[in-house]
Amino acid sequence: MTDIAADPLEPSATTLGPASAAALAVAARGTPAPWRLLVRRPTFLVGAAVLVFWIVCAIFGHAIAPYNPLAQQLLATNAAPSGAHWFGTDPLGRDVLSRVIVGARSILIIAPLATILGTVLGTALGLAMGYFGGTFDLISGRIVEAVLALPSFIIAFMFLVALGPTTINLVIIIGLVFTPLIARTVRAAVLAERHLDYLSAARLLGENRSRIMFGEILPNVMPAILVEFTVRLGYAVFTVATLSFLGFGVQPPTPDWGADIAANYGNLTAGYWWQVLFPALAIASLVIAVILITDSIEQVLAS
Amino acid sequence: MSEDNTALSVSHLDVTYRVRGQDRLALRDVSFSIGRGESYGLVGESGSGKSTAALALVRYLPSNGRVSAGTVSINGLDPLSMGPGALRDLRARTVSMVYQEPGRALNPSLRVGRQIAEVFQIAGQSGDDARQSAEQMLRKVQISDPGRVMRRYPHELSGGMAQRAVIAMALAVSPSLLILDEPTTALDATVEAEVLDLVAALRSEFQTSVLFISHNLAVIAKMCDRVGVLYAGELVEQGPAREVFDNPRHPYTVGLLRCIPRRGQRKDTDRLDTIPGFQPTPGQAMTGCVFAPRCALARDKCRTVEPPFFRVSDLRTSRCYFHEQAPDLPRNTPASIPSAGADGAGLAGGAGGADGLGGSLVVVEGLSKTFGGPRAGVRALAGVDLSIQRGETLGLVGESGSGKTTLARVLLGLTAPDQGSVVTLHDTPLSPDARRRPRPVLRALQIVFQNPDSALNRRHTVRALISRPLSRLAGLSGQALRDRLAELIASVRLEDRHLPLRPSQLSGGLKQRVAIARAFGGGPEVVVCDEPTSALDVSVQAAILNLLADLQTTERVTYLFISHDLGLVRYLSDRIVVLYLGRVMEVGPSETVFAGPHHPYTEALFSAVPSLDGERPSRIRLTGEIPSAADPPSGCVFHTRCPRRLPTGMCESTEPPLLEEETGHLIRCHIPLSELRTIQRNESAPSQGGSS
Repeated sequence: MTDIAADPLEPSATTLGPASAAALAVAARGTPAPWRLLVRRPTFLVGAAVLVFWIVCAIFGHAIAPYNPLAQQLLATNAAPSGAHWFGTDPLGRDVLSRVIVGARSILIIAPLATILGTVLGTALGLAMGYFGGTFDLISGRIVEAVLALPSFIIAFMFLVALGPTTINLVIIIGLVFTPLIARTVRAAVLAERHLDYLSAARLLGENRSRIMFGEILPNVMPAILVEFTVRLGYAVFTVATLSFLGFGVQPPTPDWGADIAANYGNLTAGYWWQVLFPALAIASLVIAVILITDSIEQVLAS
Repeated sequence: MSEDNTALSVSHLDVTYRVRGQDRLALRDVSFSIGRGESYGLVGESGSGKSTAALALVRYLPSNGRVSAGTVSINGLDPLSMGPGALRDLRARTVSMVYQEPGRALNPSLRVGRQIAEVFQIAGQSGDDARQSAEQMLRKVQISDPGRVMRRYPHELSGGMAQRAVIAMALAVSPSLLILDEPTTALDATVEAEVLDLVAALRSEFQTSVLFISHNLAVIAKMCDRVGVLYAGELVEQGPAREVFDNPRHPYTVGLLRCIPRRGQRKDTDRLDTIPGFQPTPGQAMTGCVFAPRCALARDKCRTVEPPFFRVSDLRTSRCYFHEQAPDLPRNTPASIPSAGADGAGLAGGAGGADGLGGSLVVVEGLSKTFGGPRAGVRALAGVDLSIQRGETLGLVGESGSGKTTLARVLLGLTAPDQGSVVTLHDTPLSPDARRRPRPVLRALQIVFQNPDSALNRRHTVRALISRPLSRLAGLSGQALRDRLAELIASVRLEDRHLPLRPSQLSGGLKQRVAIARAFGGGPEVVVCDEPTSALDVSVQAAILNLLADLQTTERVTYLFISHDLGLVRYLSDRIVVLYLGRVMEVGPSETVFAGPHHPYTEALFSAVPSLDGERPSRIRLTGEIPSAADPPSGCVFHTRCPRRLPTGMCESTEPPLLEEETGHLIRCHIPLSELRTIQRNESAPSQGGSS
């Protein structure tokens, strides 16, 4: 331990030999902020572009969409993609493109809100488990494991059936399903901080527990939480789409990707592939966009 | 030197790292050679390029590094132009390397025996032969029970034992060149001494040439015939080790040596010198001499034209135009202590020693700490009695596992001691939990941790870090807080521009200054310094030690100074406590303890530490590891390793009491002081004339 320890956040530290790493850590003063490193990554830019596209659709969908997504044209049912209907029409003659554009709204409301709820609850629980340790950690750890052992979809169904598939219920239930997962990740990150001397130093300043948890530890586990948030966001998109495919999500006739796939997949055998393919591509592109962003954030934080 | 007599020759070696699209020169124009059977030391601070040099020799540079100029010849072979097969062969048979962390050099999932045997198998032996050779090799590195060690996994070995196993592997093929990169830095002083002795013995036995890389000048002085001093990627001075250290001829070497407390130096009489400025970052464009920006002797010529190597004597070279004036390099820090508080007042700050300074500030009685339950627990501290006098510096020494840090944490209320332990401050018993201690007590006891990276919250700014104790403990706010903050950062020699920065943007020395400022923020009475400089370079360490000494004078604090570096402890401490397995073995005024007679354990610690001031006269060696605190030896806990154990069996059966043998000097040993004096004087007598 003679060489000055190179800071793990310095990008140079991982790419250099042991001795020079320490020296170059000093050279790396004025390293670009993580945000600047992020926007240099093509994967991030692609992911962000796709995500922004769907956010714009979610907000201004009705203005952008070429047709009213609810307007039925009974003379043009099951029309193949053409100049008038780029993505074709569905059995009721509704424009698939317009339904895909407007359908972004429900998923982009429910998935992020649910993830935020899960992250906030999970972070609070994880911080407490990691910081207090002991009996509290033991008991809540076992409860978390028990919850994780249950098939989360079934639980979600159960509650949705019981409480009704409203937007707010979806947000709460998906958020609660995510909570133990996030708590476990945050707890692990807190444990890595626990033995560091800055916490002892804080105790010697007479700081109380909540200040130590939220003022001292939380900022240091933020990167892990951020990564966990984006990972869970990807899953949330998928979960919301799956639930609406199964009929527990947004109810027809409101345009929704999962529900539209569910409504039309029977028509695949008839050769009306566009009614299923385009909403499916929309889900896939959104999930992949979130994953690309997650990956980039993870790499920037790790470097 | 003819080719046949040279094991390694390096000439005009440049190494470049490519970082973010830019080439950075980490090593430039490095030339040296090592003769057969010779031991050559490369010494330098972190970032000087020591390890880069070692890696470059056998082409182990990371993927973004390359040798951009120069040649290397090992045994007449050129590793830089070899094909992969020949290179593998060279690494397998001709060159061996030993690194700082033995734990990382061994494969954690293979038994030690198999790993060593593998080396012999690669050399062409059959399985059984290889196994036997491995056992023999382990015996050669003085592992007494090789069979048992061979069946172990690396994590089951102690650091010293693992490093021996690595050395055994390195020497298995009788390499002609052995590269040792900080081989003992991660080890305790007593273990370090054993490993260094071992390397020296094996070197003569195997006739191996050694390239020894270390930041520790004393270790290099002890181990090497010749030495090269590396600074910012350049070799600035070269020559026989003894001569270079006794009579340095480059301003950097001169400065570096002045940073180290030498025999006889004390904080109240001598200040350490420091080197101004910082080492340039690798790859920074430099014209002229690399050291010129920090050199008091530099003239215009130095800043424009790079000096060549000047021949100082037959065997010595120095890369300095003014190598003749170098020994008279003007000091950066005045040698005398500034009499800040004028006469008397300054002394009362603690510099004057312990006597007459107003009695005990902190008293510890019957302090025990058992980790992990009362039955099968590990007794980290066992009945420690101790007092800290107002204004003194109490040095706490001992090997790792002796309980130094636990003692500090108990004092601070970070670790609760066992029932019945008493810690008082101003004769008031303290709560075992810092959370229950009232604010004045928290104010009074603060700590500077060993590793500032761990001690400073990396998400907070310097301003936030230093302001917090001012508001929490000193109760300041608004303008008063800002004034005190300005005062505080000035007193630890930080600048305003550092305030908005986060720890990762600061160098190690600056980080430690922030940590010191935080400790002093509340106006403490006792500051625990837990190895505050062990993570720092020598030149940075000197500045921090000076700062601590100055702060003691101005802020009138008492220090509990924990360190494994006896030189530092001697320089700073007024009194010394020696801990072994959680027990106090010796306490006394610093000079008395150092002058001896000592407790045999203290004696062993002292003789284990290599010194720049020549070989210590008496040398007793501890063998074996520090016993487990979970199962301490009977009687005197030190008897298993004690070279002076009494033949009567008393040491094994009865724990000796801690007796006051002289005024203020307590020793826990069955051997009376007078007898210790006789033994220790007799042994040191023959060689005493040789030193100093």
